[in-house]
Amino acid sequence: MISPGLAIVLSLWVPILGCVAVWLFDKQPNLREAATLITGAVLLFLTITVFMAVGAGERPGYLLIEVIDGLPISFQAEPLGALFAVIASGLWVVNSVYSIGYMRGSNEKHQTRFYMSFAVAISAAMGVAFAANLFTLFIFYEVLTLSTFPLVTHKGDANARRGGRIYLGVLMATSIGLLLPAIVWTYAITGTTEFTVGGIFAQHSDAVAPITGVLLGLYAFGIGKAALMPAHPWLPNAMVAPTPVSAFLHAVAVVKAGVFSILKVVVYIFGIDFLSGSGGGAGASVPFMWIAAISILLASSIAMHKDNLKARLAYSTVSQLSYVTLGAMLATQMGVMGGAMQIAAHALGKMTLFMCAGAIYIAHHKTLVSEMRGMGRIMPFTFGAFILGAMSIIGLPPLAGSWPKFFLMLGSADAGQLAIIAVLMISSILNVIYLLSIPVQAFYLNPAEGDAKPQGANEGGNGGTGIQWGALKEAPILCLLPPLFTATGAFILFFFSGALYNYLKPLIGGG
Amino acid sequence: MGTWMDFILERYNYWVVIILMMIGLYTVFARGNLVKKVVGLNVFQTSVFIFYITIGKIAGGTAPIYIGGELDHGGGHGDDAAGGGHGEAGEHGAEASAHDVSEAAEITESLHGKIDNAVGNAPLNELKDVVSDQAATADNPSLHDAPVGDTAKIGNDALLDVKPEVAPSFDVATDHGEEAAHQVGEAAHAVTEIVYTNPLPHVLILTAIVVGVATTAVGLALAVRIREAYGTIEEDELEAIDDIAEFGAKDTAGGMT
Amino acid sequence: MSLIAQLPVLPVIIPLVLAPITLLLPKGRAPHLWATAVSWLTFASCAWLLMEVSEVGLISYYLGDWAPPLGIEYRIDLANALVLLLVSALAAVVFPFAYESVKAEIDERQSPYFYGALLICMTGLLGVTITGDAFNVFVFLEISSLSTYALIAMGARRDRRALTASFNYLVMGTIGATFFVIGIGLLYQATGTLNMADLHDKLIGQDNRMVQAGFAFILVGVGLKLAMFPMHLWLPNAYAYAPSAVTAFIAATATKVAVYVLIRFFFSVFNFDFPFIGAAFTYVLLPLGLAGMFIASLAAVFQDDVKRMLAYSSVAQIGYMLLGLSFATVEGLTASLVHVFNHALMKGALFMAVACVVLRAGSHSIHAFAGLSKRMPVTTWAFLISGLSLIGVPLTVGFVSKWYLLEAAFAAGHWYAGFLIVASSLIALLYIGRVAEVMLLREPATEGPYAIQEKDAPLSMLIPMWVLVAANIYFGVRTDLTGGLAERAAAALMTVAGGTP
Repeated sequence: MISPGLAIVLSLWVPILGCVAVWLFDKQPNLREAATLITGAVLLFLTITVFMAVGAGERPGYLLIEVIDGLPISFQAEPLGALFAVIASGLWVVNSVYSIGYMRGSNEKHQTRFYMSFAVAISAAMGVAFAANLFTLFIFYEVLTLSTFPLVTHKGDANARRGGRIYLGVLMATSIGLLLPAIVWTYAITGTTEFTVGGIFAQHSDAVAPITGVLLGLYAFGIGKAALMPAHPWLPNAMVAPTPVSAFLHAVAVVKAGVFSILKVVVYIFGIDFLSGSGGGAGASVPFMWIAAISILLASSIAMHKDNLKARLAYSTVSQLSYVTLGAMLATQMGVMGGAMQIAAHALGKMTLFMCAGAIYIAHHKTLVSEMRGMGRIMPFTFGAFILGAMSIIGLPPLAGSWPKFFLMLGSADAGQLAIIAVLMISSILNVIYLLSIPVQAFYLNPAEGDAKPQGANEGGNGGTGIQWGALKEAPILCLLPPLFTATGAFILFFFSGALYNYLKPLIGGG
Repeated sequence: MGTWMDFILERYNYWVVIILMMIGLYTVFARGNLVKKVVGLNVFQTSVFIFYITIGKIAGGTAPIYIGGELDHGGGHGDDAAGGGHGEAGEHGAEASAHDVSEAAEITESLHGKIDNAVGNAPLNELKDVVSDQAATADNPSLHDAPVGDTAKIGNDALLDVKPEVAPSFDVATDHGEEAAHQVGEAAHAVTEIVYTNPLPHVLILTAIVVGVATTAVGLALAVRIREAYGTIEEDELEAIDDIAEFGAKDTAGGMT
Repeated sequence: MSLIAQLPVLPVIIPLVLAPITLLLPKGRAPHLWATAVSWLTFASCAWLLMEVSEVGLISYYLGDWAPPLGIEYRIDLANALVLLLVSALAAVVFPFAYESVKAEIDERQSPYFYGALLICMTGLLGVTITGDAFNVFVFLEISSLSTYALIAMGARRDRRALTASFNYLVMGTIGATFFVIGIGLLYQATGTLNMADLHDKLIGQDNRMVQAGFAFILVGVGLKLAMFPMHLWLPNAYAYAPSAVTAFIAATATKVAVYVLIRFFFSVFNFDFPFIGAAFTYVLLPLGLAGMFIASLAAVFQDDVKRMLAYSSVAQIGYMLLGLSFATVEGLTASLVHVFNHALMKGALFMAVACVVLRAGSHSIHAFAGLSKRMPVTTWAFLISGLSLIGVPLTVGFVSKWYLLEAAFAAGHWYAGFLIVASSLIALLYIGRVAEVMLLREPATEGPYAIQEKDAPLSMLIPMWVLVAANIYFGVRTDLTGGLAERAAAALMTVAGGTP
């Protein structure tokens, strides 16, 4: 067993090594993919090591370098970060398997560049997860943005260029324009950017109190990856990327890095107590809570109008991410807990949905919801997984997604914001409409005459690839198993929520 | 005569500087011909040369050429022990007049102290004019032989004409300043027969002249090259040619003009 | 007389004495090798000098053993030791880089003159930095400027607009230098001395109109030299049409040295007891710095010529340095000095990357950059990394600069300036992003004027360029040399100037 401190360091370097290995095996796809998978497995082992240590009460840390006096690049694991790291690295393995199936299935170009960028991105995500201070977090946050840019623009056509421009533009504009000043301002006031249990603003209440709202706003919108409206346009535009990128980065690593950062800032920089009750910044978070609530409803409404499946899922993500922001801005213990659990639950659920979307594309080259009528009968496993994922997102038991909703409602009640409970309920209903309608149509409706035939003709030729078994025409096995796996994960996580709750308890000041 | 007239006439060497400077700058900006621009630049620089010579001039002072036999430090050699002494000799016009003949460093030091006191609001060179005016009454050496070339001579001529009228109230020296200046003057008078113009500005301006000549040379050389490349040295024509080259025939390098 | 005693004069004497020898050498490789050797020697002496200074704190050297204030004094403290190192280091990198680029862009018969002039230019810049005598600053300033005019004009072989650009620079530069001399003259009139330290002592308490006028002339004169907005009009064309290697060198050093002169006069000659110093900070440097940051950045976005774009960006970056100064705090001054250093690294690398493109594509239009990542990947990545540095992405020097500047802004209570700084960085994101997109996502032209063969620049160019790129990253992570020294230098300068007003 290696020490947790070392495991943190290695978790940053292992993906980089993997990246080099991928580059070296440029011409041998099998070795190259093996390198990715091995890297993923090693990384998962490392993060689990850290996760266990943190669960046992340790707080392993590592100081890399002191860039400017008082501003080190340093790492320290705590429950939320360890959880995020395990989710990210675990789902990376799943996603790598899926990527292999997808990328080969669709004969994408530049696959080596694809895997290399992925490895750098995951390293950056680890850096975000384990960052011990805002400065470190910001550095890896930016690396994450830049390393995913080649993935978003993977196709290299005009559409991808446009998407990439918006992606990079929004994310860099918010992070440099808002987040960086917020961090420097914090540093100028407090002289530190360390994440501290209980927050660092409580000791500087006099200086911070008048500008709490401003700072909170800078953080909330500056962390553009959290896609709080109106800083969300990058996310739908990132959907020009290949599906594995959307599935992993834009449902897990990148967006979760965003909401994770918001949670960390609220909990460890502001401090829940500072933002609530008799704290110096009490009430400052309420406007942002409402912005998050509006973001939830608005994004869901937009999602209903999207016929493109990936676009619909993207807006669903915008909506679901705002749950976490909402939880943070409630500034109650249960709210934060709900937000933290939402990170885990939504990751499993949304990844399942994206991988299903990719599987449908690989097998039948269909991207529009309206084209998927009746497809449940030829892709039952895919759509089965889709139903589970959708139910988890909606928050139906016995799936993982139900717990965050529960805690968020508790948090709203604690904060005395009963209207938020109504918002959460309306949102769930909207989710039912725009998510469950897809598999329902797929299973119960007949394929529309007009579009089934020409599409079918395409498929019959060399259009789609995958398994054919009787009437079934599923995606390749490597594209089929991962969504089934994550869907099962969402189911299992439901029963381990108690353990998760206990694990995350230090976050809200509990044992 | 009105005070305004006095004000203008007493400073007329400065007015010359200002007028020349403006003529030069105006030529640079208003003329489209590159050679005229260079000439304008030259006039502008020349005005600054005159300005430097003006501030170094001590009325009645002679060119800083070693004359008598009794001087032992005409500007100071690399004699570190007397570092302070020769430094002041070169730099403080007022002191220089007193100092050149002084054998004892103490006098210098005492003068220095007084001047420093006097400096207050009144700039030193104004004092120095006052001082040297008194000193100059004893002896009135030629002011013509400053070896700085034509420009310097123009400056000196101007000075020669104006100096006799320039009264001790050359500028707004405070009472305190005048008193100190008076003392300095007396001290200077007591010990000196020969007054030297401050040599340092001359040295500086020699350097500046060299720089100016070089600039002119480079500017004219560029004008020649521009004429070879474009066939004209009129600025507006050059711009028109560049515009046509850029927008008419799609030149290699884009950009706005 | 040991060498160490004469060390302070070496950075000026070595290139000054050895430069004319280039003219005697046969055309071709020899002048380049000679100049490179000289630049390395100079760099070594500057590095040595910096080490000495960081131990001793202040070195004073009497030129010809004539004691100040009459004689010329070389006065080296941390601030100018840092700038000396910067200039000589950039020279040491640019000289080896220049060969291939110069061979392609300049008539071979001119090469001895070219390297001679470049060495003289470096001498001038080093002299400006090292000297403690106000008039000497003017002389060296003109030495470097005159050689720069000639160097820029040598770009005429590729584009005749270099001639007019050089002429305009000559006119503006000479006016600036002459203004500076007038200012020096007025100060001399007020104090009777030219030595900076002596000036500082004698100026104390002299808040009269002569000193004010002197200050104003110096501010405008140096402002012209450093292309302070709106006195920057000479700069874009001069940078765009100069030979690429020259642009890389002067963009990285010339304006930086002028900024240093400004700092020197603000803090070491004048002091904060003069009310006009505070007024200049608040009413001149702050608004002009901010205006430069924005207007020049916006102008950069609309340039189709990458060299011009980077030139406008330089004007904007100078705005940052002036802004840092204008806070009149140790933090602000530190930020300025750090940015002087860091900006030289990034702009040097960027202009070198452009030089590589010019070598292969024969143009610095943005069209020549299409699909460059496929044709010249090594150059592309150098451009991208230094471009990110310019934007201020973490782990690069640009980020360190920005951090210091933001911290200074917030600490000085100018929080609005903090937001304007980041807003201006976002404009940098626009113009760098535009080039990056063209390089990465466009297909390279296969025919027509912008077709490039699939061949990266020669190693003699790639290695120096990547040395600078590596410095961009190294000093983005280790700030002991830049930040640490700058902070000490700023504290020392601030003490002389009398603390915050």
